[in-house]
Amino acid sequence: MTALGMTAHVQSAFSGRESRPILIACACIVVILIVGTIYTLWAHGTASFLSPRYLMQQLQVGAFLGLVAAGMMLVILLGHIDLSVPWTIAAAAMMATAVGGPLALPVGLGLGVAVGLVNGLGVAYLRVPSMIFTLGVNAVLRGLMVMHTGGFAPQTHSTPLMEFLAVGHILGIPMALFVWILVSILIVVMLRRTPLGRYIYAVGNREAAAYLSGVNTRLVLISAFVLCSTLAALAGVLLAGYSTKAYQGMGDAYLLPSIAAVVIGGTNILGGQGRYTGTVVGTILIVLLTSVLSIMQMPEAGRQIIYGTVIIAMLLAYGRRDRVTS
Amino acid sequence: MSDLRIRLVQSLGLILAIGLFLLFYLIYNFNHPRGFSSQILIQNANESFVLVMVGMAQTVPALVGGLDLSVGAVMTMINTLASYLLVGWPLQILGGIVICLATAALAGFVNGCLVVYGRIQPIIVTLATGAVYMGIALFLRPTPGGKVDGDFSWAMTNDLFELAATYGFAGDGDAAWFRPFAWLPLPLILMVLVVLLVWLPFKNSVTGRGVYAVGSAEGAAYMSGVRVDRCKIAAFTMAGLFAGFAGLYLTLQTSSGNADVPQAGAYTLNSIAAVVIGGTSLMGGSGGAVGSLFGALVIRSISFNFRIFDVDPLLQPLIEGIVLLGAVSIGAARIFRVRNKLELFG
Repeated sequence: MTALGMTAHVQSAFSGRESRPILIACACIVVILIVGTIYTLWAHGTASFLSPRYLMQQLQVGAFLGLVAAGMMLVILLGHIDLSVPWTIAAAAMMATAVGGPLALPVGLGLGVAVGLVNGLGVAYLRVPSMIFTLGVNAVLRGLMVMHTGGFAPQTHSTPLMEFLAVGHILGIPMALFVWILVSILIVVMLRRTPLGRYIYAVGNREAAAYLSGVNTRLVLISAFVLCSTLAALAGVLLAGYSTKAYQGMGDAYLLPSIAAVVIGGTNILGGQGRYTGTVVGTILIVLLTSVLSIMQMPEAGRQIIYGTVIIAMLLAYGRRDRVTS
Repeated sequence: MSDLRIRLVQSLGLILAIGLFLLFYLIYNFNHPRGFSSQILIQNANESFVLVMVGMAQTVPALVGGLDLSVGAVMTMINTLASYLLVGWPLQILGGIVICLATAALAGFVNGCLVVYGRIQPIIVTLATGAVYMGIALFLRPTPGGKVDGDFSWAMTNDLFELAATYGFAGDGDAAWFRPFAWLPLPLILMVLVVLLVWLPFKNSVTGRGVYAVGSAEGAAYMSGVRVDRCKIAAFTMAGLFAGFAGLYLTLQTSSGNADVPQAGAYTLNSIAAVVIGGTSLMGGSGGAVGSLFGALVIRSISFNFRIFDVDPLLQPLIEGIVLLGAVSIGAARIFRVRNKLELFG
């Protein structure tokens, strides 16, 4: 590829090509809101779907998925994936409630850092494909937690701080939303303004090139995995605060939606391309879609089918790759 | 000589999987009070069949360098569908089987078309279609239930003797010529039949060779005139078909249909583990379904041992996890062989 072609590629990557998915996803959110409102007007005679209280509630629920998706995005930007998220969430929640007291939050997050380090070391140094290594780590974490809890929901409860962070309100705005916003700002700054952020895109595009340019690619990989697991752990701690305790399989419902949120937001699953705004929009889209379907009292079967169809339809609209012809 | 050496190196994963399986399974049989008996073999073959089929299903997309995250969902969908169809006259049951397998292949075909013509990453496509197939399964069986022909399910999950006794041939299984192999478990025979009649013909067909070529180097395959699109679609269709076998057998085993979401997820993840242990590269291009067959058997024979050695049930998931993590880390051995660090970045 010539230098000119490279420049053109970079330019397009930061203008039209990347904002199109976000625009389509936004349009999709508007459609969901309209459909939901029409339904509530028809069924109950109220536009409860557009009430600020309802929307705040959705954003609060969305914050948990948003945190997981934010971490997942960093890993996907590298062209990797983290399948250990479900049990990182559950393990962090269980450890935090088990320790209790002022140490609950640090212990939960510390567990996330530890899991991330293991994942990162496995991927960066052992060079095992992330998909299977994190799968193994997930199984080990599950085993550890089953051993720890005896296979039942632990009897311990979340601390007041965890509950405040998850369900507390300041000025009518949920704390969980504040946490999400804070994390989002940090990630955007990290991706746009720090060397680590630029390295993440570089490694995702071509690891060998980044390595030859003097980037410590192993450190970049490990950092991204640590961040991903820590954010998952944060989500787990907050979730435990939300439901006042931890339980088996509490993270299972977050793996696939978080990947879907990242991909719907326009991040390339092969890495190197994607904007954080997209991930936020993707998260909101998925939360609203789930919520509309449950308001419509759609049975689980219909929910799954619509969920899958929407993801495919959105990707057909903009996720298409180039053909491999040489 | 050097040809033999190359072949050995190429099937190192397969040999390793067979070795691990023999190791774990022999330990199990030596320590079992009724070890090496036909009863134990039937039971074990029954417990392994579904995972073996799902593992083989995962292999074919892995060979073209993709993953199929919908194999568990397709299996469950076929399970719920079969719980309506496997009743009535023998001909009706046969028709039911054909419908189930055709539906499974269709589900895989849809995956393949979305990957090829939609040009979306296989992981994402199958993630989404998996949700759709799971939805169809939930639609077919909102609550577990269904009915399966008792004779048929009994005959399929036992040994040849019971098959003959149920359908009254070979002197109800007592004929002298039938004795020597009457102890063979049906699930084991079915596994061998699937390998011989489905996998090997596919692998040796033009399309099957193309699957390997596309997985090794898609661009080169395209330039050499391999029908890349056709190979990819065929790979995903085969995955659907194998998942269909798994779903059918699950129905025969449980005599019911159950749209169990966690179970589908567990089978999907274990299928990837079976593929990896069986020596198929997730990057595509090398390995095969026979390896995954043994990979699945390794996973199963490890848990058989738990029963014998009275391992604390609370420790079992941890041991399984550590074995899985250890098995996938075996692949890390290649980092000691690379001479140039750039090779690592692939």
